[in-house]
Amino acid sequence: MKKDNFNYYIKRDSNKYEVIIGLEVHAQVLSNSKLFSSSPTKFGAEPNTQVNLVDAAFPGMLPVINEFCIKQAIKTGIGLKAQINRKSVFDRKNYFYADLPQGYQISQYKYPIVGEGKIILDMPYGQKEIGIERLHLEQDAGKSIHDIDPKHTLVDLNRSGVALMEIVSKPDLRSPDEVNVYIKKLRSIMRYLGTCDGNMQEGSLRADVNISVRAEGSKEFGTRCEIKNVNSIKFMQLAINYEANRQVDLLEDGKKIDQETRLYDTKKNQTRSMRSKEDAHDYRYFPDPDLLPLELKENFIEKINLEIPELPDEKKKRFIDKYNLSPYEANILVADKETSEYFEEVIKKSDIKLATNWITGELFALLNKKNLEITQSPISPQNLSKLINLIQNGTISGKIAKTVFELMIDSDKDPKIIVEDKGLKQESDPKELEKIVLKIIATNKDKVEQYKSGKEKLFGFFVGQVMKLSEGKANPKLANDILKKKLSK
Amino acid sequence: MIEITKLSLCELIKNIKDKKISSYEITKAFVERSEKSKLLNSYITEDFKSALNKAKKFDEKPNYNLKLPGIPIAIKDLFCTFGVRTTAGSKILSNFIPSYESTVSKNMWNEGAILLGKLNCDEFAMGSSNETSFFGNVQNPISKNLVPGGSSGGSASALAANLTPATIGTDTGGSIRQPASFTGTVGLKPTYGSCSRYGIVAFASSLDQAGPMTKNVKDCALLHEVISSYDLKDSTSIDFKRKLYSKELSKNIKGKKIGIPKEYRVEGMPNEIEDLWSKGIEYVKGCGAEILEISLPYTNYALPTYYIVAPAEASSNLARYDGVKYGFRSEGKNLNDMYEKTRSEGFGNEVKRRIMIGTYVLSSGYYDAYYLKAQKIRRLIKNDFDQAYKKVDAILTPSTPSSAFKIGEKTNDPVSMYLNDIFTVPVNLAGLPAISIPAGLDKKGYPLGLQIIGKAFDEQSILNIAYAIEDNINFENNISDWWIK
Repeated sequence: MKKDNFNYYIKRDSNKYEVIIGLEVHAQVLSNSKLFSSSPTKFGAEPNTQVNLVDAAFPGMLPVINEFCIKQAIKTGIGLKAQINRKSVFDRKNYFYADLPQGYQISQYKYPIVGEGKIILDMPYGQKEIGIERLHLEQDAGKSIHDIDPKHTLVDLNRSGVALMEIVSKPDLRSPDEVNVYIKKLRSIMRYLGTCDGNMQEGSLRADVNISVRAEGSKEFGTRCEIKNVNSIKFMQLAINYEANRQVDLLEDGKKIDQETRLYDTKKNQTRSMRSKEDAHDYRYFPDPDLLPLELKENFIEKINLEIPELPDEKKKRFIDKYNLSPYEANILVADKETSEYFEEVIKKSDIKLATNWITGELFALLNKKNLEITQSPISPQNLSKLINLIQNGTISGKIAKTVFELMIDSDKDPKIIVEDKGLKQESDPKELEKIVLKIIATNKDKVEQYKSGKEKLFGFFVGQVMKLSEGKANPKLANDILKKKLSK
Repeated sequence: MIEITKLSLCELIKNIKDKKISSYEITKAFVERSEKSKLLNSYITEDFKSALNKAKKFDEKPNYNLKLPGIPIAIKDLFCTFGVRTTAGSKILSNFIPSYESTVSKNMWNEGAILLGKLNCDEFAMGSSNETSFFGNVQNPISKNLVPGGSSGGSASALAANLTPATIGTDTGGSIRQPASFTGTVGLKPTYGSCSRYGIVAFASSLDQAGPMTKNVKDCALLHEVISSYDLKDSTSIDFKRKLYSKELSKNIKGKKIGIPKEYRVEGMPNEIEDLWSKGIEYVKGCGAEILEISLPYTNYALPTYYIVAPAEASSNLARYDGVKYGFRSEGKNLNDMYEKTRSEGFGNEVKRRIMIGTYVLSSGYYDAYYLKAQKIRRLIKNDFDQAYKKVDAILTPSTPSSAFKIGEKTNDPVSMYLNDIFTVPVNLAGLPAISIPAGLDKKGYPLGLQIIGKAFDEQSILNIAYAIEDNINFENNISDWWIK
């Protein structure tokens, strides 16, 4: 297969611009309680029901670090092949807002818990490494709701204090496609690790997108703009495309790009200025005196290391080496942890090649159509495995198998039982098949003549007739042999 | 007949345990005296009715195994108290009733103590004279129109005037020791991390520490024993083996090495204080301790360092008082307008001054020059003490550079007011324990205090040294009850 070439440039006449993208992903830590308090973190609870005195910043309340969230951040760092910093510091980021009860957000500024790492992307033009700058822990804010009461803004503090990981990439991304693959790969790694559910609809994963453009071949970065808080991959891609074109247009007109923070308007598919660099907040970061620097012991990290499961890249390599899959097939099967587990369950007792085809073909199509996760698959891996074996040992043909598969959707019945109940077993008795073949020859004398006089294409017609009369149950290979023999007489 | 309110904490406990006086009788005596002493303005919120009820309940089912059995105690209004208004001396919290209890106060109630009421203090503990309180000045019982010191001014005043047998304050830069010194009482600032900060309205988190204020050293040891505890709810609380300070209290300080820092002989210090210091040195010598001259070279930088670090933390700690969730709110046209009005009307001038200083020193472009540099000097100040403690067990200094001053005397001169904390502030920056004990009177008859600074976690040694000095000095407060008609 010929490899595609990278081809995302913004073109104007003879000028070609390269787009430079860096992402700050905010991933909600999968944890039952908040970063510095014991309040629950369940999504969709009644407003202000998951708030305690610490989250609402009552006088004299103090943050106490949640060890589980620390472990989750370290796990994620290990998944990103990153440096785990033995000492990190929690800082206060000071600003006023109604949904920020403390008047500051506890975050990590100079000394994050995780340092440099990387993510490997499989692009149509080959593998690409994206650098990770850092990962740090911080608190989420509450939510201001402006559209319920005509006169007042309402505040919901359920999210206040929920642990987030901010994962900052290096400016290594070059196209909306790479952003798509990057987010999916990052999400896949975190789901393997169980550190973030990656649910974008629920806001568990959102990103600030930094974009700049430069003439192709230039080594200098252009002035960047940051698009805040984009909450779907599609919107990220649209926003990047819009913003890159906007910047190129400015440059083409001989204008300067202002470094600023912008918002993406999903309805108009536009980005617009939120605040310029001059208006940027002065957050007055300083180490939070309520929290001591976080110092990690070697054995603490080692213990976490032992809990790290096989990750997508390693699993992919194993699938290729052990199961002889193509990199393409392996990629599809490992992208989602549950899919890879389903696959390995199916091939415990059935043919790998057939299993790969059936999972990536029929099963994926079914799940797609019904909008289901693989964990909700109406067909269990055990039964799919049995179906594949029925094909493998010649009990049914591939075509009949599709019929059986359809019947399995509603009941997830054992395919053997379906085959028996519905009489779908393949006809492999030569005598029975011969009867059918002779009947066809007898009723299509003209076609037989034509065939014999050289019109060999008609062979397909005869096969079709055999299948039709046998209601699809004829063993195709055997039917072919018999047909050939009888027609050559 | 015994005059109940004149008894020390330990004497009251003994009387209760000997069943000579009931908790109710004691509580009633303090309530009655407090009622007659409104002129002092020591209280912000009285809880007398509830206190009398609790005392009755205690008497019905007394538990004499407790350390503070049925003892009524009024506390600084910086400690959050369940169901009892907690204001921090500020308008912005003037209507705030906590649904929780600070760990330190809870420790006292768990040992049988009964809350009498909440005592006046400088607004958010920012002040050295109790003149920044939204609830007005507090009178020092020593003399009319004299400040009691601050920020724990209401606590010192109530204690010296026998409105409470003991009390607790908080000390960020001297707020326990300076008022103790001004009122002829004993005040201990424990090692940072010794007493939990949970439920104490925060001023400067890395400096704040709660501590006991009492009539004598023995009471102080006992109350410290009660309030000091390791608390998982405060990440800066330290898990060390706490002693039974009152049981191990001893006047034997033979062979103890006591340092005299030459940098504490500041220019313009009154002779009386020099003399008092010398007297103190003689006392400890007489007890068999060894005196050594030491140097704390960075002492001069302590005050400016403190006035960068403390306001920086305060500017952030006080951001939560925004009118959104609780406390005072002034309605505005929009969110920013509401913030501005609420905070302009809700905070007093000294608090605003410190918020502005703190905001300034943390601002980008100034952070390195001020906050970061201050943190470095703070480390050097701590190093000074570490070096000194290689040679000595404790350090003896005056508590304050002057005795109590008149109300209004320094309100328009913040720097002169800040200079009051010159001997106490280095201790907070270094996180060390220090005690102030009354050691004499100046010629106006105002009390003067001596400060003993200890090694971290070595409260026992400074309590013992204080105990020995106290025994030699035989200090007595000369209070005339001038405020009672």
